[in-house]
Amino acid sequence: MPSLGSIRRSFTPWEDAGAKPYISFKNVTKRFGDFTAVDNLSLDVYEREFFSLLGPSGCGKTTLLRMLAGFEEPTEGELYLDGQPLKGVPPHKRPVNMMFQSYALFPHMNVADNIAFGLRQDGMEKSAREERVAQMLKLVKLEEFARRKPHQLSGGQRQRVALARSVAKRPKLLILDEPLGALDKKLREETQFELMDLQQQLGLTFMIVTHDQEEAMTMSDRIAVMDKGIIAQTGTPAEIYEAPNSRYVADFIGSVNILEGKVVSSGDGHVEIDGPDGKFVGAVRSHAPADGATAWFAIRPEKMRVSREKPDGVDNAIKGEVWDIGYLGDMTIVNIRLESGKVVQAAMINQSRIVDDPIGYDEHIWLSFSADAGVVLDR
Amino acid sequence: MTGRWSWFNISSVVFGFAFLYLPIVLLVIYSFNESRLVTVWAGFSTKWYGELFRDQSMLNAAWVTLRVGLLSATVATVLGTLAAVSLVRISRFRGRTLFTGMVYAPLVMPDVITGLSLLLLFVSINFDRGFWTVTLAHITFSLCFVAVVVQSRLVTFDLSLEEAAQDLGCTPFQAFMKVTLPVILPAVVSGWMLAFTLSLDDLVIASFTSGPGATTLPMKIYSQVRLGVTPKINAVCTILIALVTTGVLIASIMNKRRAMLDARAAREMS
Repeated sequence: MPSLGSIRRSFTPWEDAGAKPYISFKNVTKRFGDFTAVDNLSLDVYEREFFSLLGPSGCGKTTLLRMLAGFEEPTEGELYLDGQPLKGVPPHKRPVNMMFQSYALFPHMNVADNIAFGLRQDGMEKSAREERVAQMLKLVKLEEFARRKPHQLSGGQRQRVALARSVAKRPKLLILDEPLGALDKKLREETQFELMDLQQQLGLTFMIVTHDQEEAMTMSDRIAVMDKGIIAQTGTPAEIYEAPNSRYVADFIGSVNILEGKVVSSGDGHVEIDGPDGKFVGAVRSHAPADGATAWFAIRPEKMRVSREKPDGVDNAIKGEVWDIGYLGDMTIVNIRLESGKVVQAAMINQSRIVDDPIGYDEHIWLSFSADAGVVLDR
Repeated sequence: MTGRWSWFNISSVVFGFAFLYLPIVLLVIYSFNESRLVTVWAGFSTKWYGELFRDQSMLNAAWVTLRVGLLSATVATVLGTLAAVSLVRISRFRGRTLFTGMVYAPLVMPDVITGLSLLLLFVSINFDRGFWTVTLAHITFSLCFVAVVVQSRLVTFDLSLEEAAQDLGCTPFQAFMKVTLPVILPAVVSGWMLAFTLSLDDLVIASFTSGPGATTLPMKIYSQVRLGVTPKINAVCTILIALVTTGVLIASIMNKRRAMLDARAAREMS
């Protein structure tokens, strides 16, 4: 049996032009009165993909899911599931199950009855139903809790019941609305891996909504970052993180320093910009912005090096003063005030337990980074 | 607060309960009075109960009251629940505020006005007054009480429960019957009980809207009292009190048992 990693590595249907999308949003718009929640959005998701919709609250991500589940109808545009148009199909006729943010467990039924609800609704016969429920309870490790009522469970157990209930009918597509939002950090991290295993075991397509970027990065094959009803960027976690297409995406995922300037020269996939904070050379995503245009150099804190002496042979180096230090254990965050007055952030991995002469407050230091460490953004 | 029994605490509790229950206790005691005079004790007897059950007009009135109560409470519960659901569910429709206000208004409307306006309505449409007019009148005013009780429960009802049911294969109607209704059932039942009680002890509206042959128990008692209070009235009232008390006791015991069964099931499994 191949490892999970090898399956994941080789899974890239979105790069195959001939691949048939499993879910297809075609120019979908949804308005609530004057408010446009989703604005002319198109998106393809492939079978067995773990797809995340990421964005701040109010960006339209939940509306997108609710349209897929059938609780909202698009104002304009079409939605396809496995090639079939979904227009006018009520929620109970869609081969889609949803896990709700509030879990929405039926309070008057015990755990087993909650899980069996959808199966009963389908008229599955008793013995098969009981077998499936037992299987689901085992999957989420809640065998001993079958007869408990939801209010007698902890938050993590409720979350697992909700998950078991939503996969009990073996839907081909599972929609998850902030599934881990109510869990504490440690439980959330554990559950993330459980969800990934489950998705692989059952061969499901997962569509998940979250505002937690770390969660999206860990679990997803691809992420769509949303902003005010549109998709700002779709890509693998690494693409989104290392090659964001805009300041919005760069800023939304992880920490980033953004330095503004005008393009002075470009060539060979790199662009040089000049601004109040200094001159920087950075990589470009696809096409270089025109000379003289305003552009932004975006660099992640962990890609900058802090040193007392100016290093030799680096593409970019700027002078600064240590403004603030935050020790996190695994790394140390240093806020550095540039000569222009702008404060940037650098992260230093703490590779040794004890450092003889650590960089301290108010020290004058050099920040250095290679041209490929940062990207130049044109919006 | 020390939680101790001080003299002040004891006396205020005794006084408070006496204020509430002394008249009722006296009424019950005097229903077993041998004497014809309500206020003079002449030994224990149950003869007034016997007399009561031989009084056909009193029994008729009780029967009418019971039928009106059961029918009006049931219809009012169905309509009131539907009203509450649509008021909570459909968050924005034309005239929602007006409609909500209009549901609450009859709660504070004096009975005399409700009764009189209904009487005028029945007269103007030439509706023969009797059992059905009383029932309709009781449905009209108790519907609002049911709507208010159910609505207060529905406000905290998580709508995603219903969506989850639909997502798992229920039509909207099935989702309501299998999930929403069971969850809000306690509120619906107490709405029904409230409606039934209101119908049971309504005198004013019934007097306005009733006709020949449809005298309710409160109307009967009131008219008898005007001719002089007999211990027979005490006996009727004692029976009513017993009925209501039994109902309340059964309801609370059922609640407690369900909670205990739940807890036991949880203990056994863990």
